[in-house]
Amino acid sequence: MSELVLSIRDLRVTFNTPLGPLEAVRGVDLDVHAGEMMGVVGESGSGKSVTFLAAMGLLPHQAKVSGSVMLNGQEMIGASSKVLRNMRGGLMSMIFQDPLSALNPVHRVGDQIVEMLKAHSGNLSDKQAALRAVELLDVVGIPQAAERAHQYPHEFSGGMRQRVVIAIAIANHPKVLIADEPTTALDVTVQAQILEVIERVQKAFGTAVVLITHDLGVIARVADRVNVMYAGRNVEKGSVDSLFDHPSHPYTRGLLASLPHEGIERLTPITGFPPNMLMPPPGCGFAPRCSHAIDACRASLPSLRAFADLETACICAEELVVRTGLS
Amino acid sequence: MNQPLLQVDNLVKNFELRSNTGIRKTKRIVQAVSDVSFTVDEGQTLGIVGESGSGKTTVGRCVLQLLDITSGTISFQGQTLDGLSFEEMRQVRRKMQIVFQDPFASLDPKMTVGSSIAEPLVVQGIEGNHEDKVASLLELVGLAADHAKRFPHEFSGGQRQRVGIARALALDPALIVLDEPVSALDVSIQAGVVNLFGDLQKRLGMSYVFIAHDLSVVRHIAHRVAVMYLGKIVEIGDKKSIYEHPTHPYTKALLSAVPIPNPTTERSRSRIMLEGDVPSPVNPPTGCRFRTRCWKATELCASSEPQLVVRPTGQLSACHFPE
Repeated sequence: MSELVLSIRDLRVTFNTPLGPLEAVRGVDLDVHAGEMMGVVGESGSGKSVTFLAAMGLLPHQAKVSGSVMLNGQEMIGASSKVLRNMRGGLMSMIFQDPLSALNPVHRVGDQIVEMLKAHSGNLSDKQAALRAVELLDVVGIPQAAERAHQYPHEFSGGMRQRVVIAIAIANHPKVLIADEPTTALDVTVQAQILEVIERVQKAFGTAVVLITHDLGVIARVADRVNVMYAGRNVEKGSVDSLFDHPSHPYTRGLLASLPHEGIERLTPITGFPPNMLMPPPGCGFAPRCSHAIDACRASLPSLRAFADLETACICAEELVVRTGLS
Repeated sequence: MNQPLLQVDNLVKNFELRSNTGIRKTKRIVQAVSDVSFTVDEGQTLGIVGESGSGKTTVGRCVLQLLDITSGTISFQGQTLDGLSFEEMRQVRRKMQIVFQDPFASLDPKMTVGSSIAEPLVVQGIEGNHEDKVASLLELVGLAADHAKRFPHEFSGGQRQRVGIARALALDPALIVLDEPVSALDVSIQAGVVNLFGDLQKRLGMSYVFIAHDLSVVRHIAHRVAVMYLGKIVEIGDKKSIYEHPTHPYTKALLSAVPIPNPTTERSRSRIMLEGDVPSPVNPPTGCRFRTRCWKATELCASSEPQLVVRPTGQLSACHFPE
C-alpha cells in the first residue's frame, strides 16, 4: 500500500458542558494513505466532524484532546501554533459544508487564493501569485477564470463558491484534503459537479481526500475505502466494495437496510436513537439499538479487529454471519 | 371517472421583489410558479421533485392557500377555493393539513406536545374530550399517550416529526402536504417516518402531496411524480414511467445525478453531467427554461416554449426533443 500520510491513534475529544463532560470522540484509530479517497460516514453526533477538526487543531481551547495525529511524520496534537499554521493549508486543508461562510465577502476571490499562496511561500511575487490563482480557478472548472478572479463571493452561485473554496484548499498542493459534507448544501446536479472536481483534484495532484458525509450514495460513488463511525468510535472499516457487499457490523447493515431501494414495500428502520453522549453506555455504543446484542456487548467497549476482509468492532460478527448470512 | 380530490389548473404565483437603493425604487417580479396544472386522486400520493428554486414548496403553500395565488384555479373536493370567505376557507382547511421540514421550528417550545396536537381542535371549535383524542393520535404515530405532557425539547428529531404528523392528523384531513418531511432526519430515523406515512395512508386513506428533493424517497412513497424546474412542471406521470423511462432531459439528468448506494452500480452507470447551476427565476431563459443547461438544445428551444405532451410511455413531458 502507498505511503501513510495521516495516522490517527486513540484520538479522544471531550467537551466540558454545563451538564458535565461530553466525550464526542472516544478512541478513534484511522489511517489515510497517499492519493486515496477515504469516506467517513456516520449520522449527526457520531463524531465524524469533531475527529477531523481535532486533527487540524481547529477545536476551541476548552476541548480536551488526547491521543495522536501524525501528519506526514509530524505530531499535530499539542503542536505549537506556528507548526499548526504551517501544516494547515500547507500539508493538510479542509473544506466545509457552507461555502459562503468559508469565503470573505469583502475580498475578491482571486485575492483570497493569493493570500493562501503567500502564507505558505513568502518568496512568491504578487504577479506570480495572481497568475497561479487564475490557474487554480481554471483547475476547479470556473469558466473565464481570469475575469472571475476579480469578482466577489456574492457574484458566484453556490456550486461556484464551493469550487473557489476547493481552489483555496488545494493552492499549496496539500497531501491531505479534508472535505466535511462538501455537497450537503448543494442541489444534486451541482453535487455531481463538485464530486467530479474533488475526484479530478485527487487524481491530478495525488492528494489524499477524506470525504465526511452522511450520504451512503456519495460514498459508493467516489470512495476507495470507508470508515463507519457511531457514538464517537469507528465501528467498521474496509474497502468500499467489501463494506457495501458484506457489511459485518449491525449498524452498517442497519444503515444500508434503512435506505429505500427498488422493489421493497416497507423500509427497515433502526429502532431507537443514538445514545446521549453525556451518559454513553459502558459497552458497545450501538448495543441499545441492536437486536443481536448479548450481555458481553453491554459489558465492555469493543475494539476494531480483523474480520473477513474488513475491520469490525462487533464481537458478534461471526455469530451474525451464521444467523443471517453475509450481507 | 371519479373527480380528483385536488385539481390545480394553470397555477401562477408571482412574488414582487422591491429594492430601494435610496436613489430609485425598483420592482421586479419573480415568477416562482408558472402555469402549473396537476391532479391528486383520493388515497394517492403525488411526489413533487425539483432542485432549489424550482417552485415545489410554493406550489404546496398555494394549494393550502397559505399564499395568495396570482392566477389559476385550485379545486378541492369539487369546490373552487378562489373567492371563499375567511370562514368558508377555515372549514376547507380542516380537510387539508401540512407537515413541515424542520421538526425543531414547527413546534412551539413553550407548549406541551399534547396542547400542540390539540390546538387544531381548539381553533376549529371542536368539542369533546381532547385528551383522549390526543392520546389516540400519539399512539397512531408510534408515540406513547403519556408523551402528551412533555415539551418538544424532550424529543429527538424523528419523534418531533411524529408529533407534527399527529397534529396534522388531528382534524382527519383528506389531504396532507408533506414539505420535505424527512430531509432533516438521519437516514436510520428517516425509514421509520417514511413507513409511518405509508401505514397511515393505508389505514386512513388520505392523499399526500409529497414535496422532496430526495428522489429515492419519492420513488418509494409516491404513486405519481411531477418533476419541476424553474417554476414549471417539465414531466409528470406514473412513478414507473418517470423513473424507468424518463423522457425529459432534465428528469434524465436528475436521476443520473443521484448517487446510488451501491459501488458496483455506480461504477457501471453512465452519467449525465449538467453544466452550471439553475438560472435565476427573476430572469428565466426564453423558450424552454432548461435549455441553458441542456445538451440537446437548439434554436427552436430558445424561440418556442415546449408544451406538455403525452409520451408513448404514458407520462406528459415538455420537450421538443424527448428521449
